[in-house]
Amino acid sequence: MKYLVSLLIGMLFGVALFAAGMYYNPFTGHVLVSPLAVLKDKHLDVTYTLVPGETILYTDNGESIVSTHPDRVAELWEPAIVDTRIAVVLLKGSRGSVVGLGIKFSTDSEQTALINSQALVNSAWHVYLPGQGTLLVDQIENYWPYLREIVVPARWSSGNNWKGSFFWIMTQGPGALGTARVTGGTGTFAGMTSEAVESLTARAYSAINGPVSMHGSLTIILPKATIETE
Amino acid sequence: MSPLFKTFIAGIFLGLVGAGALTYSVPAVDLHREPSLITVQANGGNSEIFRIDLPRDRILVGLVGTDNALPAGLEWPGDELFGNLQAEIFKVRDRNDVVIGVASRLANVSEETGPFIEWVLHLPARGTVYLQMDLAASAEGHRNGRMLAGTRDFETLSGTVRERFITEIGNEDFAAGERIELITALIGPLADEE
Repeated sequence: MKYLVSLLIGMLFGVALFAAGMYYNPFTGHVLVSPLAVLKDKHLDVTYTLVPGETILYTDNGESIVSTHPDRVAELWEPAIVDTRIAVVLLKGSRGSVVGLGIKFSTDSEQTALINSQALVNSAWHVYLPGQGTLLVDQIENYWPYLREIVVPARWSSGNNWKGSFFWIMTQGPGALGTARVTGGTGTFAGMTSEAVESLTARAYSAINGPVSMHGSLTIILPKATIETE
Repeated sequence: MSPLFKTFIAGIFLGLVGAGALTYSVPAVDLHREPSLITVQANGGNSEIFRIDLPRDRILVGLVGTDNALPAGLEWPGDELFGNLQAEIFKVRDRNDVVIGVASRLANVSEETGPFIEWVLHLPARGTVYLQMDLAASAEGHRNGRMLAGTRDFETLSGTVRERFITEIGNEDFAAGERIELITALIGPLADEE
């Protein structure tokens, strides 16, 4: 009997060791520099809030800690869309004024591999910039650093919150350089194909209510042909 | 080293290997899939019908100056920002009326760079499709369009789409007034000849 107990305690230790190794994996890179930083092309930068209560609309399956907004928005409870989230946000330019509208669809990816520090999400932006046109941004995002650096510490904190300074390039693909794929729709973006990168800046997070002070940025490369038609 | 300690070490090893094997082999995300209801077209390619039942599938209606904004409590930006932009978000059903995804529809007939009507269909287990519609409806009453881009399962496909509004549909299960149907006709690239 004592051997069985010893084996079970050892196994629990082993599982805990594995979990700790996965969580503190030193080989997980922290991408702080955008792969687009080396390009000399003109780019379009927009920012948006990641605090659900400050969006125009946010909805998910209704079971997460994050409240949907407005309160009576339809929830995505059907089995095929239960892992999907929708956010409708105002996009702001570098001077802080509103320059457009963005609709973001995000779904947990089946390519997620926690053993490789990858909590992947497939997302698509439907963007409208008045006076410029429309476009689609399709990307794969990695939320592992967000979970590791913000969500888990907030849960461990006695105050159920996290405060600090966090910056992370969320986009991990599908482009070869870890960039998102952009397809122009109308206006000056018509016929355009380009690349983009989305990043996240966080200052405060609550384990009870979700993001408290957090915003995202979308950087879209504008090919020369697009600039000439502006 | 006592046999008890050896058993403990063996337990640690088993725990490490077991947790590793479990993490590697069991998918962290397993998306629900509905069988695809696709019709093979006579001249190649596949046709698929996506349905949106109104009003039950509406998630958002954003339009300046409307009394029908949805959901209740929505604070839609004023017309100085987006003019006559009409933004809608829906749940999307297959031919069997099962929800398989979500979609956005943006339309603005007074956009200064040119009027437009666009759809983005996001089907979680399959991918995303970006569609652009003609402004004018056809003589038959539907609107034609084309696929601009697709991701994952739709990445290599190209083709056309037809948008159709159907009024007064009959369904005893819910109070549906209208239905939007998107009928895609998509085809893959020809295989390279060796």
